[in-house]
This record gives sequence, structure tokens and C-alpha cells, in this order.
Amino acid sequence: MSSNKKYWKSVEELNENSSIVETLQQNEFVQEIPTDEFLGDKSSLENSSTSRRDFLKYVGFSTAAASLAACEGPVKKSIPYVVQPDRIVPGVANYYATTIADGFDFASILIKTREGRPIKVENNNLATTNGGANARVNASVLSLYDNTRLQGPKKAGEDISWADLDKEVGAKLASLGGKQLVLLTQTYASPSTSKLISEFKSKYQNVKHVVYDAISQSEALDAYQIMYGERALADYDFSKVNTIVSVAADFIGDWQGGGYDSGYAKGRVPKNGKMSRHIQFEANMSLTGANADRRVPVTPSQQKQVLAALYAYVTGSGSKSSLGADLDAEVVKAAKQIQKAGSNAVIVSGIQDVDAQLIVLAINKVIQSKAFNKDTPRKTRQGDAKAVAQLVKDMNTGRVGGLLIAGVNPAYSLPNASEFKEGLKKVGVSVAFSMHNDETAELCGYVATTPHYLESWGDVEFKKGSYSLMQPTIQPLFDTRQFQETLLKWTGNTVTYHDYIKSAWTGILGGGSWNQTLHDGVLVKPTLPKQELVEAIETPEGDVEAVPTPVAGPNLGAAARRLSNAKSSNLELTLYTKVSLGDGQQANNPWLQEMPDPITRASWDNYLTVSKADAEQLGLTNENVANGALNGSYAKITVGSAEVVAPVIIQPGQAKGSVGLALGFGKTKGLKEEMQVGVNAYTLYQNFNAAQSVSVAAIEGVHEFACVQLHNTLMGRGDIVKETTLEIFNTKDHHEWNVIPEVSKNHIEYEVTSPEVDLWDEFDRSVGHHFNLSIDLNACTGCGACVIACHAENNVPVVGKSEIRRSRDMHWLRIDRYYSSQDSFEGDNEKKDNIAGLGSSLSEFGEMENPSDNPQVVFQPVMCQHCNHAPCETVCPVAATSHGRQGQNHMAYNRCVGTRYCANNCPYKVRRFNWFLYNNNDEFDYNMNNDLGRMVLNPDVVVRSRGVMEKCSMCIQMTQKTILDAKREGRLVKDGEFQTACSAACSSGAMTFGDINDKDSKVAKLKEDNRMYHLLEHVGTKPNVMYQTKVRNTTEA
Amino acid sequence: MKQVKHRNSASKLLILGTVFLFTLFSPVFAQEEATTDAPVVAEPSSGGDVAKGEELFKSLCAACHKRYKKMTGPALFGVADKYEREWIYSWVKNSAAMVASGDAKAVAIFEEYNKTAMNAFPQLNNADIDNILAYVMVPKADPVTPVGGPGAVADSGEGSGVSTNVLLSILTVVFLMLVVILFLVNKTLRNFAEANNVELPDSDRTPIWKAFVQNQFLVLVSAVFLLLASGYFVYGYFMQVGIDQGYAPIQPIHYSHKIHAGDNKIECKYCHSSARVSKTSGIPSLNVCMNCHKSISEVAENTATAEHSKEFYDGEIAKLYKAVGWDAENQKYTGETEPVKWVRIHNLPDFAYFNHSQHVSVAGVECQKCHGPVEEMEIMYQHAPLTMGWCINCHRETNVNVADNKYYEKIHKELSKKYGVNQLTAAQMGGLECGKCHY
Repeated sequence: MSSNKKYWKSVEELNENSSIVETLQQNEFVQEIPTDEFLGDKSSLENSSTSRRDFLKYVGFSTAAASLAACEGPVKKSIPYVVQPDRIVPGVANYYATTIADGFDFASILIKTREGRPIKVENNNLATTNGGANARVNASVLSLYDNTRLQGPKKAGEDISWADLDKEVGAKLASLGGKQLVLLTQTYASPSTSKLISEFKSKYQNVKHVVYDAISQSEALDAYQIMYGERALADYDFSKVNTIVSVAADFIGDWQGGGYDSGYAKGRVPKNGKMSRHIQFEANMSLTGANADRRVPVTPSQQKQVLAALYAYVTGSGSKSSLGADLDAEVVKAAKQIQKAGSNAVIVSGIQDVDAQLIVLAINKVIQSKAFNKDTPRKTRQGDAKAVAQLVKDMNTGRVGGLLIAGVNPAYSLPNASEFKEGLKKVGVSVAFSMHNDETAELCGYVATTPHYLESWGDVEFKKGSYSLMQPTIQPLFDTRQFQETLLKWTGNTVTYHDYIKSAWTGILGGGSWNQTLHDGVLVKPTLPKQELVEAIETPEGDVEAVPTPVAGPNLGAAARRLSNAKSSNLELTLYTKVSLGDGQQANNPWLQEMPDPITRASWDNYLTVSKADAEQLGLTNENVANGALNGSYAKITVGSAEVVAPVIIQPGQAKGSVGLALGFGKTKGLKEEMQVGVNAYTLYQNFNAAQSVSVAAIEGVHEFACVQLHNTLMGRGDIVKETTLEIFNTKDHHEWNVIPEVSKNHIEYEVTSPEVDLWDEFDRSVGHHFNLSIDLNACTGCGACVIACHAENNVPVVGKSEIRRSRDMHWLRIDRYYSSQDSFEGDNEKKDNIAGLGSSLSEFGEMENPSDNPQVVFQPVMCQHCNHAPCETVCPVAATSHGRQGQNHMAYNRCVGTRYCANNCPYKVRRFNWFLYNNNDEFDYNMNNDLGRMVLNPDVVVRSRGVMEKCSMCIQMTQKTILDAKREGRLVKDGEFQTACSAACSSGAMTFGDINDKDSKVAKLKEDNRMYHLLEHVGTKPNVMYQTKVRNTTEA
Repeated sequence: MKQVKHRNSASKLLILGTVFLFTLFSPVFAQEEATTDAPVVAEPSSGGDVAKGEELFKSLCAACHKRYKKMTGPALFGVADKYEREWIYSWVKNSAAMVASGDAKAVAIFEEYNKTAMNAFPQLNNADIDNILAYVMVPKADPVTPVGGPGAVADSGEGSGVSTNVLLSILTVVFLMLVVILFLVNKTLRNFAEANNVELPDSDRTPIWKAFVQNQFLVLVSAVFLLLASGYFVYGYFMQVGIDQGYAPIQPIHYSHKIHAGDNKIECKYCHSSARVSKTSGIPSLNVCMNCHKSISEVAENTATAEHSKEFYDGEIAKLYKAVGWDAENQKYTGETEPVKWVRIHNLPDFAYFNHSQHVSVAGVECQKCHGPVEEMEIMYQHAPLTMGWCINCHRETNVNVADNKYYEKIHKELSKKYGVNQLTAAQMGGLECGKCHY
């Protein structure tokens, strides 16, 4: 075994007396089929008016009727194009490069279309920035086929034609009588839209443009402006540094627009004995904290003090901090680490405070961090919280005559939404540019219905010099018109927005080809000013300690003082966004709702995360009921006058004295009833600040979560995750930290990989392709993009909250999250031996007893392992699952009779049973149950029916297509051509797929890597999915 | 409702065998008369050779002109009377120059036909042009209407079975008569015997059926046999449920593969082009039809058959024009389209993945191997059973086409060595694995 660590998935498992965990380890399917219950109920059987004879009669009749009816086959119509577009060949996918820019997510992507329907989002590998599609971007293709979308322009809820709308609004805009006309928009970061808005401003009088980000980055933008004279966000490249210190910045999540995970992951894979070290100070257990080498739980107010202390230690400009001894020691260690690394370090912070952001910029400037590039500031957040607050005031005083709201939903996402709604009544003419009849659109006089981004033209400047184009990939589904098109019309411009972008881009293209840029989707222009280059060359690296350059400009000393004096309150709330729903724009997307949170593994909900200590104090509990489902108590959260009642999840690693709550939930307008889950935390988002001091009180009631953390346990088998430290990795032989389990035969110990101890006959797989998938636990950040990509590629159904709660989730790919104690058991033993005296023993035993205080986290994506010696295949009575020569474990759905033996016998618990017909079924209302939603289905993969077992196929439709393409072109398959949906979606490079019979391929090399291991190797299944041992950099400076 | 070919009910047989037999013959003769309709030799108007003219017309002019109908260019019947001979000579040899020179008549034609310049034919001499003119000046023969109405056409699908049916019914009648005669003879003989007081030996043997019933072994054997036989037929019946071999639905447009792929030898993949690159062979879009049918608005006289008259086929082409929105009169698209709702014949279930390009482009399988003699099919029908057993059989028997395909080089060398064969079958290449077709 690699280490003596104990891994656990849920707090419940730490409870020795819990019978539930034991039960779950014994049962594959938590719920019995209730036949016994039904047949055993004698009284109801006797009371039934249907006698046994009747029953048989009905059965006989219906069988006969059904077989008679079946004699006539249905007639299928086939309707070809009248004029077939020359780009479309039925059955062959087309790819288009486009860009998502919905104000929250910005990414360059490829769209796969089949017969003109976009069906999948893929990463644009040509993009140098924002090229990775996260889970939300992957799911956005389904939002296109949302049947709650508005289908045309509206006036006060009634349909109106575009011509009438133009006329009426035009007349009203022309007669505002000097009152303000305000454009309240999302961040577009679009050069052509900026140009267009400035033209709009010159056409009408007294126009104000207010940019509003639902999740504000106003302070970071302000700080950057003070420091560098430009209102933008700092641009970091984490791959260039080896030390990362983050104070509450969830940069693997959505911090400052996200998109940092691929750069981060590059430095996390040990190469030549080196990998980056990441220290995280935070309150909530975030995705970033979960990936950190050292995570220090601190409350929001302490975070400020930590940052101030870090500044003091790194620059040597301050004295001793006011922090407690333990925390101070951690900060000192982090500061030393930064000083040692010099320009190879970077510090980032998510504290919403101008002072804090200034200090961060200052530290990075002092150490001359290589990760920070001041010449290419990011433009993907431009919102101004102050301007938005002013706008609400102006509206209420009646100074706003016209309000055009585009891409944002302030009536939902403003903390003072009620004031906004009041103010909206005083606005003369209000127009919402929206896809849904959401909270804001409902209150506006007109709704100028906008298309989805996949039906629109557009352009984006992610960061200075990095451009991207948006192009439609389908004809508009409804009678919609995009915001810019409408603005063009209202400024009296007759050109289309497409032509407008083209003309606006003449400068950007600089003689380059428009068609080529449109094809690539991206354009990067060199921006590095010469002066900077000289400076960068002149400055010697790494001797920052010797010459601490004082930073001129803003008074940083005062800023640091203000930070270190931050007042703490009893309980502090940190509002955060989930990787699934983000700011809540796509709340009507069932894929995202069903995606389990990477940390809590709960889907279809948001909840208050509380530390165990605080929960005990407040009387909040979590309980796992008999079938493994999680229940939690409710809590009332009060911020000032705002109150919210939310369920509670006790979160290991949550800083004591802090609580967390996700934004983006609790929408009530413009979405289906099923999706109206969770509570709206925006009401607590006072002054657009994620950190709030709150009071929490337990209230009556029990909330039922749909939490999958105890589902599909590996039946009590341990040794799932292999993990080691960088030190051991570098100094010891791999047999020590990556042990191959041994089994005994005739009292001789054999390694399980030896053919001596194999139950099965070995197939010969040396000829042709042999597919393997490698998953690097070091690079995997747990972001979940692969989960959604798998959904989209393989037509995985959405089952809904109550089914998930019954442990019937259908995810082919799950990302297991394991907690482990900070130190190994060895560490515990050592500690126990070193205990001196009663006083110390009491506190230290107490510490050891509570592993959930600050656990380490490992993410492990698990899908079908495609065992070469598959236990499922041997037990299938109808041979529905069988083995292919190419290493894939096949599943013939039409052959399956649903005995579920295979799932029982699968040691990895990756098989999923269709308890219901999830498509075309009135009992469910997700995408597979309406005509529009079904358009997203992949025509190459069958939609499974009820009573059939299904599982990951290793995307056999994709590998077969690659092979066929090669055959048709008469060539060999190149390395990297073979992909699965998950490996293609993984922007952090954690998943590598390929043919191990191609000895030069990446995956063949990974198979020989010292870190390689197979899941539950001692079972002897010889899987075709392999994992790379997680290495933690615990080396302290 | 599915209609399966060759599903003749007994009643239909009877009716066909009796009533329609004779009535059907008359239209057939009439049509044969109609097919002999050829350009009636009329007197050459100005001394040209009609036969030579026809040859030249078909090779050079027919792409844009018809004799009696407007096409890309004007109908040519009557041109010799309309224009002077000299003018026609120079027009044919170089019309563009005439338009450029501003000749009033030339410009008028140029304007009338959407400024489409006519190709110059400097290779033609005046005699050639005379010949062509002679051909185009032949007046149109009177259209001959076939006697059989549309009703005859609709039922004619069964026509081929007529002679066999007649034979069969005659045979049945003969057999019946024989039975009756035998019975009568027997009866008469008995009567004779009775009359002549001949004692017929009264067989006191137990009747055969009684003996049979008494023999338990025979009963058991025949019961087992009956059960097995009925089991066999019931199994056979159930196994053919959902197999639509021979399925030939009535299509919205009577499209004859025989005329296109058979008579005119159009390559399958000209229309079904996506079979080369895609999983579907694709029903051709209507613009593909119009590549040819823009100039073929009616079938040739000799295309008409006993079952389908020329008018019938021309009517089907008119349906195409309506669907695609082609105004044949003015030679332009109206933009009003009506997509054709073809009835799908080959229906693979959703859970079976089949890729045409794998078979057509990579394996080089002839379309006819699965689709049958399409070039002989007046109406398309499902030739193969399309069952899994049928697929598997072919995969077992067919060698992989590895010639000149670099992809197969290594894998074929190694695999054939492993199996000890020279040529690998698709099955040996992995073509029987479940997951290759079911995902």
C-alpha cells in the first residue's frame, strides 16, 4: 500500500456505529424490488376486485391484442432536403469554431453539428487563452434546446411583431424628455459591441452604459486601475511558476472569470522530480482548496489579516502580525515559500476588497512574478458595482426614463432586487433583452427576445490582444433578434451585425483573413510593449529577498494596516458559485442541475456548508437514512434585514466560525418546476460582497438531499487511491510507494499481475488497437467538464432529484471525492508516541480524533474500467456484455434482459440500470421528454430503454469513427487521434486516451510510468483504465 | 400500412385468373402501337437530311433545345420559317458576335432568354445546319393516347403473375375433373357390379384410421411429428415478424430505379453520394434530380412500358417539378417547394449501427450485394432480410479488402499470421464483436 491513509467519502463513514455504511457496503442496489411487500400483503390482495381469473383474462387479451397490433409495422417517412446545402452530408458531423460570452463564462469552443443541429461543445485547441470549456460551457448546448425559451418579442406578456416593437420603443426613446436612457448590460468584452454602444450614445441623448456582473469583481478591477491605470483584471499563467499562494481565490472554479485550471494543472504533474507547491487559505472547502498541497481554513476576516501579514513578511515592510500563533506559523511558512521561489511564485486572492487586491498586485510586483503579465489584462469582467447601485437609486428617484437590460437578470440577482423592482415601475420605457421570461423580463414593458449564443454573431476580446469570434451554428429556432442587431436598428444603421463586426474588425485583422479567423475562431495579436521587454531582461531573477523594492503609487502600507485590522464577527458567510450552476443563468439546464457538486457530491440543491464544530454548537445535524440518502436540518441565515432559510450540509474542512452558501439557485421565473430548486442567496449578497457577517439559527424541518456521496461505494474495499509525497516520490523506489499487491498461491507470494495467479485465460491483444485511458490524479482538478461531456456524447438521461436520492443516478462517469486526514496513520502513530504529559495528550488526542477538521481531498474520476478480465462478462446469463479485441468492454443493450448480475459483480460499481424509460415518458420532464430537447441527442449512440443495464463504452462510437476515417483515407491512425468524450473535454490534461499497441503513443508511455496503478489491482481484473498516483508536494521551504 | 410484394390473396388470384385476363391484353397492344411513334418521315422542308440532322441535333443542340418545347433556349420547330437561312447560319456559327454587333433580332433573343449566350458552333458548315433545320422542321406527330385508362396502370403491378395464375387454375380444374371422373367411374362400376349381382368382396379389415388409432406407437410418433412441425412453422412465423423482405411501399413519386440505374446506367453513387463518406446512403435531395431533369421534362417514347405509359412517367416528373418548385414553362424556380415524403424501405433498428462508407468505400462492396438487382426494379423493394444472421453470415464469408490500404498493412500481416490464413475474413478482423454494431 502506498500509504497507511484512511480514505472516507462521507462524515458518516467516520462514525463507527453507523449501520448505514455497513449496509451500503453490502448492497449494490439499495432498494429491493417491492415484490415481497406487494405479494405478502394478503389483505389488499384479497380485497382487490380483480380476481386471479380476471387477471389472466386481461393478460391473455392484451397479449393477443398486442401481437395482432404488432403485425402492422409503422411506416417511416424519410424526407430529404429540397436543396441540400453543400456543406452538409447527412451522417457526417461538421465543426464550427465559436465563442461563448454570456457574461459569466467566456471560452473559445468548437461546436459539433449533425445535420445542422449543434449537439456538442468541444475545446478549441487553437485557442491560447480560454480554450477550455468547463462544465457549464459543455452543457450550454442543451440550453439552446430549452423549451421554456421565449419564441418571439413580447409586450407586457402579449406577442408583438418586431416592426411594432421597433416603432413603439423607438418613439418612446425619442421622447424621454431629457431623462436618462440607461443600457444595463452584462460584460460583453466585445470590441464591436463597444463601438456600437458608443454610436448608440451619440444617437440618443443622455445615455448611460452600466455594466453589471451578477458576481462582482468590481474591487479587483478598481485595484488594477489604481495600480496600472486600466480597468481590467490581472492575467496570470500558473504554468510559469512553482509556488502558488492563494488567499480565498477559487481559481480552479470561477474566480475572476475562471479558465485557470489548465495552466495550473500543467505545473502539478511531477516532471524531473519537480512540481508546483500550492498553499491555500480559505473558508469554504473550494475546488481549489481541495487541490492544494496545504490548505489552511481561515474565516473571511482572518483572510484579510493573513494577506496583510503575508505582505509584511514578503516585503519585510511590516512587523509581527496580529494573527494567532498557529495561523501565524502557517503564514510565515507561506511567506518563506514565496521568498524562496522569488519570481517563480505568485499570490492571488479572492477577497473582495480594494486594499486586498492592491496588496496582491503589490506582492506580485515586488517578487516580479513570472505568472503575472501586466501587458495582457483580462477583459472578461467589466462590471461596476457602484454604478449599478447608483442606477437603482436613480431609478427610484425617477431620473431614469428608459432602461434597456441586456444579458442580465437584476430582478433576480441584485441583492436589493425589491428596490430595483420598485424603481423599474418608475422607468418610462423598459426593454429586456432576454431568452427567457425571467424575473426581469416579466416586469419590463417589452421583451426583445434574444437568440442563444449558438444562433448569434459576436466577437470577444478575452484579454488584450486575444480575440475570438462567435458565429451562428444553427438557424435561429425562434423569432429572435440579438441585442446588437436591435441596437443597430435603433441607431438607424441598416447593416447586419455580421457586416458590422466585419467592418469593426478591419483594424483588428490588420490585413489578415476574415475567413481564416472565423475558421480558427481565435486571433492573437502580439501586445508586449518593447519597454517592458528591456526591463524584464535587465532584472535578475530570484534575488528579491536581497533587494525588496518598495512599491510606489498607492499607499500600500495603509492598505495593509486596514486589512490587518479587519474585524471578525461571530459567524462569517462566504457566498460562492458552483461549477455546475455558476451565476444561475443556466438554471433550467437539467444536465447541470443533476451534476453532483465536486466537493459535497450533492445535486439539485444549494445549502449552507457548516463546520462540524459550528454545527454542533448551533444544533444542526446531518443524517444518512437507511438507503444512504442524506437528510439535513434547516437553518435560518440572517444578514442585516435579509433572511434566507437553507438546508445544511456539514462540510469537512469548513473553517470554524464560517459558513458557505452557493449563489445561482432559487430562480422561480422562466424555468421548469423541476429546476426551481435551492434558495436564492443573492439576497444575502449585500454590497456585492461575497463575505458577510451572518447569524445562523436552526429551525424546524428536515431537508432531503440528492447526494450521491454514499452511493456506489466500492463495497468496503479500500486502497482505491494511491498517494505519496514529492519527497518520497523523488527519493524512494517506486515499489515502495506504488506497491503492486501480492497474493499467495501454494504459500508463494505472487504479484497479482503475474499470470500464475490469474483466473482467466489471457486474450492476445497485441494485434490491432488496444485502447487504454490514463487518468492522472495530480492533474485532475475535479472540475466535472468530463461528466457533462459524457452526458452530451452518450445520451445519458437525466433522472431527477428524487431518483438521484434513491441512488439511481445514471452518470457513466462519476468523480469520486475522497477525504483523508491531513497526515497519514504513521503521522498519527508518531504523534501518539510523542505525547508528553496529560495536558498535551488531551488536546492532541482530540485533534487526532477529528479527521474532518481539515481533511485532504483526492478526486478520482471513475468510469467503466474496461477490465481485460471482466467480472461482469462472466456472470451475464445472456452474453449481453462481452469483450472486444480492442480492449473495450461491449454492452449490447438490445440483448440485455436486466438481471443486474453484472452490476452486482462489478467491483467498481460503474454499471447503471435504467429503472424507468427516461425518454418520451410523461413522468419525467427533462430534455429527452420534449421535441426540442431531443434535438441534442447524438444520433450515433442509441437511447436506452427501460430495464437495460448501461455503462461507459469508452466512446466506442468515437474510436470506430477514427478507425473508419483512417481506413477510408488508407493511412495509419496518428497518436492523439483516438479520443473519448471525457479525454477530449479534459482541458487540464489529466485524461490521456490512446492505443497502447502504438509504442510511441503518449498513453503507452504512461502505462510504463512509475506512478501508474490500476484500481483495485488485487482483484486481478486487469483494467484498461489506469491511474497515475497522486503526488503531494509537502516539501516546505 | 405496409404493403408487401408478392402477397397475393386467393381472391385476387381468382379474379386475375378470370376476369382481368382478357381485358388486360387490349391496352398492352395499344401501347405497343404507341411505342412505334417515331418521327414520321415528312418531306424535308429545304433539302436537308433528317437522319443526319437528328444525329447532329442530339449531340450538339439537345442540351439546351427541344424541337417543340422551350428549354434553356427556344423551341426550334419553325425557326426555318421565322428567320432567313443566312441569318441562322451566322447565328449558329457565332451568336455572341451578332449580339455584340447589335443585330436587332439577335439582341431580342438574347434579352428574351435571360442574356444567356448560345455556344458558338464554328465547326458546323451550312449543309450541317441545313440538316439540323430539316430535322427540327419535322412537325410533331399526333400524340397517341393509349386506350387503357389510368385504372389499368394502377393494377398492372400484378400483370406479370397472370400467365402462371391461368396455368395454375387450368391445372386445378383438370385435376378436379379427374377426381370427379374417377369418382363417377367408380360409382358406375359399382352400379354395374350391383346390377350384374357380382359379389364385391366385403372387406372386413378394420378401417385404416381405426388401425392407426389403435396403434399407440404410431399415434405417439405422429403426435410428436405434428408438434415438431407446428413448432417449426410457428417459430418460422414469429421469426419473420418485423422482417420486411420484399417490402415495396407506394411512394409519393413513382421513381423507377430500372429507368435510371438500369436503362440509363446512372451510377448509384451519383445520386446516393453520401454512401461514400457517411453512415447513411442518403435519399438524394431534389436538387440532385434537377441536375438532369432540368432538361428532361418528359420521358422518351420508348421508355413507356406495358404497365406505365409515357403520360404516367411525364406526370411523375411533373410531381418532381412541383416539389422542387420548378416552373418548366418559364424555366425558373418559383421558390415554392414541397419536400417529398418518401416512405423509408430499409429500416434498421435504432440499436444497430450500420455505416455505408465502411462497406462502400473501404470494403468496395457492390450496392447490389445488399440491395439486390436495383437496376431491374421498377419499384424499389427490400431485397435482403436485413437480419443480424444475414449480416453475420456475410462477415464470416467475406474477405477484408486490404489492397492498397495502408491502414490494414500491419494488422493484416500480423493477424493472418496468427490465424494462419492468407486472406482474413471480416469476422477474423473483429467484425463479429457485439460492440462493433451495437452502441
